[in-house]
Amino acid sequence: MEIQDLTIKKIHQGLVNKEFSATEIVGSFLERIEKKNKDIFTYIFLDKEGAIQTAKEIDELIIQGRELSLLGGIPFAVKDNILVKDLPCTAGSKILENYIAPYDATVIKKIKKQKAVLLGKTNLDEFAMGSSTEYSAFGPTRNPCDEERVPGGSSGGSAAAVAAGLAVFALGSDTGGSIRQPASFCGVVGLKPTYGAVSRFGLIAMASSLDQIGPLARTVQDARIVFDIIKGKDPLDSTSFWIDDVNFKFDIKELRVGVPKEFFVKGINPKIEKLVKEYIKKLEDQGVGIKEISLPHCTDYALATYHIIMPSEASSNLARYDGIKYGLSVQKAKSLKEVYSRSRQEGFGEEVRRRIMLGTFALSAGYYDAYYLRAQKVRTLVRRDFKEAFEKVDVILTPTSPTLPFKIGERIKDPLSMYLSDIFVTAVNLAGVPAVSVPCGKVGQLPVGIQIIGKPFQEETILKLGEVLEEL
Amino acid sequence: MITKKEVQHVAKLARLNINSQEEEKFTKELSSILQYIEKLKEIDTSKVEPTSHPFDVKNVMREDIVQQPDIEVIQRMLKAAPAREKTYIKVKSVFKRSE
Repeated sequence: MEIQDLTIKKIHQGLVNKEFSATEIVGSFLERIEKKNKDIFTYIFLDKEGAIQTAKEIDELIIQGRELSLLGGIPFAVKDNILVKDLPCTAGSKILENYIAPYDATVIKKIKKQKAVLLGKTNLDEFAMGSSTEYSAFGPTRNPCDEERVPGGSSGGSAAAVAAGLAVFALGSDTGGSIRQPASFCGVVGLKPTYGAVSRFGLIAMASSLDQIGPLARTVQDARIVFDIIKGKDPLDSTSFWIDDVNFKFDIKELRVGVPKEFFVKGINPKIEKLVKEYIKKLEDQGVGIKEISLPHCTDYALATYHIIMPSEASSNLARYDGIKYGLSVQKAKSLKEVYSRSRQEGFGEEVRRRIMLGTFALSAGYYDAYYLRAQKVRTLVRRDFKEAFEKVDVILTPTSPTLPFKIGERIKDPLSMYLSDIFVTAVNLAGVPAVSVPCGKVGQLPVGIQIIGKPFQEETILKLGEVLEEL
Repeated sequence: MITKKEVQHVAKLARLNINSQEEEKFTKELSSILQYIEKLKEIDTSKVEPTSHPFDVKNVMREDIVQQPDIEVIQRMLKAAPAREKTYIKVKSVFKRSE
């Protein structure tokens, strides 16, 4: 099969029509991974045995003539900050290098029930902190479109695996663009659902008021299939929530599309700007109503706000890595306090330490009001921007990233330049709204993504528009 | 923006050991990030309420019923602890021995 044919529906049909077996499909994926993974390092851990075993079970079901679910026998990958029972879960960190997950995340439980075939765990920036996957303690992932360049991050392993045909779909997590930005860099589809739409139970927490799990896939339709399986209220995550929109209808001719002027200013690569504007023009030519709108707090102010709120929550969440309950532990330390600090010193990488420092500082006595409280107030203004915009329009279109995939090593020395690559994606997390990045062409061989932002719990609307954009 | 002394203090609060080289590096890097964040001072937030959660949700409650724990999961979690005794996780002594 050609890479572009590796979609859920096509594989499903092939399995049902007995054109090939699940064992053959899984075997061909494992073979391709064997060949390709050493070059681009998408997988941290490969569960060969488990994958072959599940595939055999699927084939048995098919032989018995049992009905196969849409995801049955479909090979997929999981970002290594999502727990899969009995498999390692490192979060890309030395501090969890030898950690084995004691239970399944809710999303994994749901996908396992469909009998999809887990191939392995994908690389990420340590604790999902980064925009290039270079901050993984186990080495960087490379962009399959140009191996000298980064795949984006933090779900870079997941995005690269899908792009290179090493998985049909993958799960990622998105705290401030970590699904959408790598999807854009690798030329695949990446959906960040509404905050709470997907249970976070079993996701290693970074910033709990921002984190969301979502799918990366080759097509919008595949992303939808996965999202429909993993979404929903979960008693194990009290922030999870879902309501089905019974009145849903989609008419492209009636859709009101907003384009925020603040997203097309200095700093954006002119070639990206041109491509995205061409796409918007094509939509307009089809009779879609395009309206210029304003989201005044949603670019640089949102990014600044994000870089207070995210490290503050992360510094608190990462306090659990203390060398006592699990993970790396320096036992030769003399006192309890020394166990904490030496375990954290040996276990945490540079970017994680930097964010813990920043967050601890922002929350510390004397600075709380000036930093954390102020950021929370600006977060209100970000939410208000979206609320007001969504009174005038149904969806918002922006570029996903202001830059093309950059060279490995180019930004790692300057943390702020790395942060700036997320300038178009963090506001979405602060407001909790859903957004999807869909490929919209290439500059040379480097993919460009367009971001579609929607109203809370209206994933279907942005996915429908995503399918329209895919066809343009 | 942030002084070396503050960096040392914050490192202590965060239970991170940092050496003098890192102290220098963090002072420089955190200052440049804080400089960027200064942007937020341009916005008048005097009449704005803070947001801590993307949606206006209240505490989520459930019935106060004892749920049977999954013993297998508990055993796996205990197994993950670096030092343990029976069903306890072992830590270094907190108090000094008296003479």
